[in-house]
Amino acid sequence: MTTWLKRQGFKPNITVAIFFAVVAVFFYGSILWTSYMSLTRSTLIPKYEVVGLVQYVDLFTNQRWLVSCLNMVIFGVFYMVGTLAFGILLAVLADRRIKAESFFRTIFLYPLAVSLIITGLSWRWLLDPTSGLQALVRGMGWESFTFDWLTRPDRAIYTLVIASIWHSAGLVMVIVLAGLRGIDSDLWKAIRMEGIPLWRAYLQVIFPGMRPVIASCVVLLMSEVIRGYDLIIAMTKGGPGIATEMPAKFAVDFYFTRVNLGLASAASMMMLLLSLLLLTPYFYSEFRRRI
Amino acid sequence: MTSAAIRREPAFGPRTARVGLYAFLVVSAVFFLLPLLLVIMNSLKPMEEIRQGNLLALPINPNFDAWVSAWQSACTGLECAGIRPGLWNSIKITVPSVVISTLAGALNGYALAQWKSRHANMIMLLVTVGLFVPYQAMLYPTVKILSNVGLFRTYLGIVFVHVIYGLPYTTLLFRNFYVGVPDEISRAARMEGASFLRTFWSIILPISTNILVVVAILQFTGIWNDYLLGLIFAGNDNLPMTVQLTNIVSNARGAANPNVNMAAALITAIPTLVVYFLSGRYFVRGIAAGAVKG
Amino acid sequence: MSSISVRRIKKSFAALTILHSVDMEIEKGEFVVILGPSGCGKSTLLNVIAGLEECDEGQIVIEGKDVSGLEPSERGLAMVFQSYALFPAMTVRRNLSFGMEIAGTPKATVAEKVAWVAKLLQIEALLDRKPGQLSGGQRQRVAIGRALVRSSSICLFDEPLSNLDAKLRAETRVELKQLHETLGSTMIYVTHDQIEAMTMADRVAVMHKGKVEQFAHPQSVYEKPASLFVAGFVGSPAMNFLEGNLDGLGRFVTGDVSIDTSAYAFEGPPLAREAVLGVRCENISIVERGTPQTIPAMLAFTELLGADALAWFDCLGKRFSVRLGVEAARSMRKEVGLRFDMAKASLFSVASERRL
Repeated sequence: MTTWLKRQGFKPNITVAIFFAVVAVFFYGSILWTSYMSLTRSTLIPKYEVVGLVQYVDLFTNQRWLVSCLNMVIFGVFYMVGTLAFGILLAVLADRRIKAESFFRTIFLYPLAVSLIITGLSWRWLLDPTSGLQALVRGMGWESFTFDWLTRPDRAIYTLVIASIWHSAGLVMVIVLAGLRGIDSDLWKAIRMEGIPLWRAYLQVIFPGMRPVIASCVVLLMSEVIRGYDLIIAMTKGGPGIATEMPAKFAVDFYFTRVNLGLASAASMMMLLLSLLLLTPYFYSEFRRRI
Repeated sequence: MTSAAIRREPAFGPRTARVGLYAFLVVSAVFFLLPLLLVIMNSLKPMEEIRQGNLLALPINPNFDAWVSAWQSACTGLECAGIRPGLWNSIKITVPSVVISTLAGALNGYALAQWKSRHANMIMLLVTVGLFVPYQAMLYPTVKILSNVGLFRTYLGIVFVHVIYGLPYTTLLFRNFYVGVPDEISRAARMEGASFLRTFWSIILPISTNILVVVAILQFTGIWNDYLLGLIFAGNDNLPMTVQLTNIVSNARGAANPNVNMAAALITAIPTLVVYFLSGRYFVRGIAAGAVKG
Repeated sequence: MSSISVRRIKKSFAALTILHSVDMEIEKGEFVVILGPSGCGKSTLLNVIAGLEECDEGQIVIEGKDVSGLEPSERGLAMVFQSYALFPAMTVRRNLSFGMEIAGTPKATVAEKVAWVAKLLQIEALLDRKPGQLSGGQRQRVAIGRALVRSSSICLFDEPLSNLDAKLRAETRVELKQLHETLGSTMIYVTHDQIEAMTMADRVAVMHKGKVEQFAHPQSVYEKPASLFVAGFVGSPAMNFLEGNLDGLGRFVTGDVSIDTSAYAFEGPPLAREAVLGVRCENISIVERGTPQTIPAMLAFTELLGADALAWFDCLGKRFSVRLGVEAARSMRKEVGLRFDMAKASLFSVASERRL
């Protein structure tokens, strides 16, 4: 027994055990507890009587939740496509021996250091129809110019898309650029020897070889979409009306201001489920060979 | 000719294409700089200029009045002490959270890299999944646990939450670094009679300076910029700057003073921006490293 | 009393058995080389002896004391690693003294031992440098120094020369051998390089698939390989093999040819069975085709090696190498007969793959 203990001092096992206990309690334990709460009628304080899937039924008949989900899908699609396209384009351009590369890179990346709260506020000010961009263009003489998406229920969601592309394009650029820099220089020599046009070289040779890099970008952006909260708070507060509500905000609102623990837990579980479903292919390919 | 020169030979041969390329880069740069310029410009304007309505006009008589009132007299609610208390709170929360989560992540990462077991990959999968769990699925139970031990809405509570929530991330970053460190070094230390902790402290940490800086910067940016956890767990006496900032902006009196709001936003953004500009290389490397999770 | 006894060591990972009941008695002051291809379990065996890996069954006894449950640092031995594994952030001096520092050795003793080792290995000038500032050969010396400071009586080496270039490797080989003679310490040395094994070892343990196939003086491993594997693994070019049958009447028969085996020293009764005849290139002589007791061969090509030459023949569907003088190789005829020196040949059972 004493030698066993002594040997442990030379092994990582105890540290691993403590770490895993923390993860098990605070992550997996919390998830279990949340899933339990989602099966009860808890409001301000937890109630422990299981009532089945009532909260989920309520959730999916709740207009605000349905709108939140729809908003998330719209936001997610435009944000991901936009950020990937813009980020990859910037990475490719930055990889083409441009002058002042580090100057441009510094500019493209600084939004990553800015919080989403400040991102949201800045873009709210910038897009404010009465004093922002619209006012500027009208002031320059184009009186009929209109860019009032921030205040239009059917368009406000796209202003969120713009602000978050601004925030994340640099992330995609950095990751893809690191991937491009990692490409064997012999491959480029071969491409030149074969006389392949540049756009085809990227689309058919370079990017297919970088699938894991692009996959990790997709995964990162996806989890941003599902977690999106701060930006909405700073930029639109879910409005106008409920035009920019999203699940993350829905859950927090129901946890803390509308004190409906059961419903908020059900919403959180749906977010978790969605995350896992979307991430399964990634985890499958990452861990398949290793487990 | 070096291979790098061959590789990055510009194939944008025609001059027009080259011009188009730079035009695109410049337009992109304007897009990225616009919000920052807007905020800087207006934070320097006096109220008379703001009232003229156009936020994108250049300041005529720039001064720091708005900065001064953002710093010491803007109202976050009933109190009107500016963003200054928030700055102190943010420092007080961020510094220990970053130090603890980084060092603990290093120790755990080293342990996981050393740990040989058939279940090691299973655990890595569970930890990696943990990175992607939305906070909402963990928030309430964490509130519950902290209330039970009397830490909910306290200073220690918010630090604890930042450390715990950051741990899987820092651990994985360090683990990915340490699996690249030859196993024989740890074995050699064991031959010399160094215990696990001793090996970590005397042999492994001294060769980890780069990754320590990278992870610390990532954690600093993440925790400084956090809003949700600060709002829920910090308690009224410890609200971080991000929360104070939204309070100033949404305060009824604040709505009338955009220049003060923007000055407050800038003050809040300065620490992470300074870290970004000073540590560019590490920051970039951190993002690239963080992307390769698992 | 032997210095190190390895007793019935077994080790497996999941379904894969790495070591099948390995036994080995190593004498005090002996230089033992464990030789084998990659994946044969030789490094695992060394790690088990060092205590860096635990075995499933068996015992390690060092100088009469069962150390199976002890930490590596408590076993009174030292180890030199393939990648040297110097502690990167520490100076050479600190690398040498770190173990003693942990053990709480008095400062004066530490300084004395470091000075002794530095002088022995001529690394005094390097003591205040970091490993990153050293060349491969210098790192190698520091790694050996660290081991010697720790224990000059038993030292384990895990392929320590494989990261050096060819010239440095040859030099270090000689120095290690001299060091062994100076210190009189017990050394266990793992390698896949047979030249290291042949030149340095007092005894070689040839390992294959987790078993020790032969544990003997290098010359007898070369001349009298105990198994088909050892015969094929040791020696360059590889031993020539010919499959056939022992007829029980003192002849080895293959195809139309039968060879008298009366000169061969059988280890057991020469029963009739399927067998493999193995003969090294230097034990074949070239004669006129058609001479009795010889094998007809057709010259394929010759290689001039400087000092001597190799002639490659096709015979009985196999390719045979024969070592001969440069002049003889130049004037080689196309069709010849090959005569085997049966006193120096080897016969193996096809069934057991062991020497007959």
